[in-house]
Amino acid sequence: MPLYFGIFISLAAYFIGMQLKKKLGWAVLNPLLISVILVIAFLKGSGISYGAYNEGASYLSYFLTPATVCLAIPLYRQLALLKKNAAAIFLGIASGVLGSVISVYLLALVFRLENVHYVSLLPKSITTAIGMGVSEEAGGIVTLTVVSIILTGIIGNIAADFWFKVIRVKDPIAKGLALGTAAHAIGTARALEMGEIEGAMSSLSIAVAGLMTVVIVPLMSGLI
Amino acid sequence: MKYVKEMVIIFGITLAGEVLNQLIPLPVPAGVYGLFLLLGLLCSGIVSLPDVEHVGGLLLDLMPLMFIPAAVGIIEQVEELQSVLIPVLFITVATTFIVMAVTGKVTELVLKREKGRKE
Repeated sequence: MPLYFGIFISLAAYFIGMQLKKKLGWAVLNPLLISVILVIAFLKGSGISYGAYNEGASYLSYFLTPATVCLAIPLYRQLALLKKNAAAIFLGIASGVLGSVISVYLLALVFRLENVHYVSLLPKSITTAIGMGVSEEAGGIVTLTVVSIILTGIIGNIAADFWFKVIRVKDPIAKGLALGTAAHAIGTARALEMGEIEGAMSSLSIAVAGLMTVVIVPLMSGLI
Repeated sequence: MKYVKEMVIIFGITLAGEVLNQLIPLPVPAGVYGLFLLLGLLCSGIVSLPDVEHVGGLLLDLMPLMFIPAAVGIIEQVEELQSVLIPVLFITVATTFIVMAVTGKVTELVLKREKGRKE
């Protein structure tokens, strides 16, 4: 398989997703979701294995670390706003992190999940790179964590506009924090589209919520 | 030429983040160490915004694309996870909405209280 096949098909699928969204304007037509479906359909249809695809496509993933570093840029631009609203920001993110692990715990009880599946879901709202480490430390199934994290991000990305209307959250700071705390970097991609304040708050939440989750998961993981 | 300088700074910080990740025994990814490093450098004035914002903007713009390979990897896991698929899906969807509501509402509440106190 040519090395650039995986990269090209990912780029092309994302481009198609963007064009579809632009033409039709539906929020469900999230370019990331469409591109993932298109790539899966193409691989299934052509019989090309994931391994062959990922040989080239994995180079795209390598840029995730420097891109995460660059989240400091929107954050720095909004530093004054951050300092001014420090209490609201800290409490907002902390309550979201607590809400996440507690609701995962309660629902895991309802569905009678085994410990291994329960701990795999505990870090589902944080960025993949931190979540993988947390899941591994807690004895979870890392691949299950990754799938749940990506799904969470896509749901947050797609549903945010609709959900903020339903629950009547209007403040750009609150929107950004909610997106970053619930749906990490994929949610942040949507927050960056909403505006500079939303994007900065969301970027901040990825780091803060991730670090809070690192601390809290070991306290929760023994409960089931 | 300005792109070369920006690439050197951004990938230098990324490298420093990776080294920190390997030295410090915490499950904190390289990118997060790098994020705080770059933020510290910007705040202290050692690095200025024009030194990073063009390449930085490009990387941020392309970020959603970088999740495609991992997300497509779901096809490798489908069979293994079939038995817990429904609870996992339900919990994943429900908690995403819960967290957005909790953080959004708590933040607005605190912001309103602070505003009320100042007036």
